[in-house]
Amino acid sequence: MTTKPVLAAVDEDAAPLTHEQLRELYSLMASVRRLDSAAVAWQRQGIIPGYAPQLGQEAAQVGSGYAVDRTRDFVFPTYREMGVARAMGLDMVGYMSTHKATWHGGMYNPLESRFAPIQAVVAGSVLHAVGWAHGQTLSGKPDGERGVAMTYFGDGASSQGDVHEAMNFAAVMKAPVVFFIQNNGWAISVPTERQVAGGSVAARAAGYGIPSLQVDGNDVVAVHEATRSAFAHCRAGNGPVVIEAMTYRRGPHSTADDPGRYRTLEEERLSAGEDPLERFKQRLLSEGVADTAFFARAQQQAQDEEEAVRTGIEALGPRPGAEMFSLVFQEPTPTLQSQATAWRKESEHV
Amino acid sequence: MSEAATALSFAPGPVTMETEPVLHLSMQQALNRALDEILADHPKTVIFGEDCGRLGGVFRITDGLQAKHGEERVFDTPLAESAILGMSVGLAMAGFHPIPEVQFDGFAYPAINQIVCQIARMNYRSRGTLPMPITLRVPSFGGIRAPEHHGESLEALFAHVPGLKVVSPSTPHDAYHLLKYAATRPDPVIFMEPKSRYWQKGPVVVSTATPGQAMLDAGMDDGGSLTGARVAREGRHLTLVAWGAMVARCLQVAELAAEDGIDVEVVDLRWLKPIDAEALARSVGKTRRAVVVHEAPLTSGLGAEVAQLITQHCFQTLKAPVERVTGFDVPYPSGDLEDEYIPNIDRILFGIQRVLEYRRG
Repeated sequence: MTTKPVLAAVDEDAAPLTHEQLRELYSLMASVRRLDSAAVAWQRQGIIPGYAPQLGQEAAQVGSGYAVDRTRDFVFPTYREMGVARAMGLDMVGYMSTHKATWHGGMYNPLESRFAPIQAVVAGSVLHAVGWAHGQTLSGKPDGERGVAMTYFGDGASSQGDVHEAMNFAAVMKAPVVFFIQNNGWAISVPTERQVAGGSVAARAAGYGIPSLQVDGNDVVAVHEATRSAFAHCRAGNGPVVIEAMTYRRGPHSTADDPGRYRTLEEERLSAGEDPLERFKQRLLSEGVADTAFFARAQQQAQDEEEAVRTGIEALGPRPGAEMFSLVFQEPTPTLQSQATAWRKESEHV
Repeated sequence: MSEAATALSFAPGPVTMETEPVLHLSMQQALNRALDEILADHPKTVIFGEDCGRLGGVFRITDGLQAKHGEERVFDTPLAESAILGMSVGLAMAGFHPIPEVQFDGFAYPAINQIVCQIARMNYRSRGTLPMPITLRVPSFGGIRAPEHHGESLEALFAHVPGLKVVSPSTPHDAYHLLKYAATRPDPVIFMEPKSRYWQKGPVVVSTATPGQAMLDAGMDDGGSLTGARVAREGRHLTLVAWGAMVARCLQVAELAAEDGIDVEVVDLRWLKPIDAEALARSVGKTRRAVVVHEAPLTSGLGAEVAQLITQHCFQTLKAPVERVTGFDVPYPSGDLEDEYIPNIDRILFGIQRVLEYRRG
């Protein structure tokens, strides 16, 4: 499904992924699958109030997130990029804290993580990526040291006007942005064909003069290679790239959703295609990159990790109420300070 | 500074007043000069928006700045307000201090998601790790016979949003100092420029020292601080509270009232969030009567907030309920009806009369 890249600079010098890297990609996907399934269970158990599963999107998320250089790049997620976060090595308790309802943006440090706060407005952060990327152009740093911004959004978000504005601005300014679309077939209950005119989001890129890649989003290696090429294109000063990873949202939109109201299990089975994890596993086995013992170990590691994250999440207490007031401004206003004082006086919590 | 003035070739020669140079500038010139100095002093500052670069903005506030500071510091964007503001967020995250411009007040609406959901909340969402030192310049209010959407008063809307600060200067001097102050603070500020006052000239004390102190030293009272309200005219009988273009009108009203022996104090609020409640209490505590004047529609306007603050602080001493003289709850009218909409001298005088004639029981 991968179309031929029309990139001014592709990463031709990059060596193919080593066996060790391929195994690492699988381990990451296994961790993400385990943590994702666990989070749904935690919601059912009352440990967290809600969660937006990424089941089926492991290849798209891990493959792209694995291409990020954390010393200079910056990622702008929405609320369904747990796999990207994991691939980038985020503190996963800090990440999951948003779903524990501890703090909207999550408790991880976005500057150190190179991963912007979790964004709940669909397409809200796409423009931020353009601004950040233009900042790289203005920074005066030499080409090789400049970062690339990668912004994630879905087929649903692609309908937002901000996505048009972002692509147009990025193209006019030649900003180093990778627009990474996960087309997972569904925006809650509305299927892609009723969401995206013209058949694909990638096709729109031509209107802005932006090169685009439509890639099999369930093939982790294909996703990774496309992302790596896009980064090389951006780093060489050629402006933005659009990647549309075709995948499938196997689960509900969120733990509050009921897909039975808009699609049948049979439709899911037919449309979802092959499980990206199982597919990659069979490839690694057939190519002799990994053996059954490796997969058993990966499974065990994923389980251990999930238990550690769950322990961390369960231990997370509510933030002090004073933070409601103290984190609004860098320099709080007198009005806000007096509200904080009144709250403190009248509250039983402090 | 004199070099900057020469380069921009509009500022008259400085007149020395004690040790501080006092210039005679329009608000447009004062704002331009402030931006010029901000760019010179703060290398991370960037200015952008529609027609801000080569043209110098439709009101010429950024005139000459691109030529002087370069196309990377002062640049034109495509025509999309949401992107201008969304891009400001990303630039701030990358360590820049953006001063974006929305060409006219009514065009802030297309950017409202980025202003309310992103700029105002990013510091909070990121737990203080991603501050938003963004000063959004908005040519504001009516009075210039402009087309639809070119004369809105959005202060109540912005002031209602947690995470934003809102300020509006009424004089060239305040415009210069408040902009320099706002642009170097770490929080987002909506800077509402009264477009009908862009071309009136006034004295501007130019100083790199603490501006409040410089003002006091120069014998000009600005309350000693850039963070609070300013008493524009002292009086004993009644306080008029206003901001932006309405301050000059209230000063006119005060002169007319003085002919009838009514001594009106005029408080220029300047900061619309946070509101300087202490200054209101000081003034109305003395005069015991207050009228709030604004161009924005009455219902849920900022006048209600001001009236409540005065009532809360001065309930015991108030001689009459706080009056509001404002625009009406109608869409901003065409130029022909503008003078009927914006509080005029007569309507403000009627407001004063209602308060003075009020009798309890």
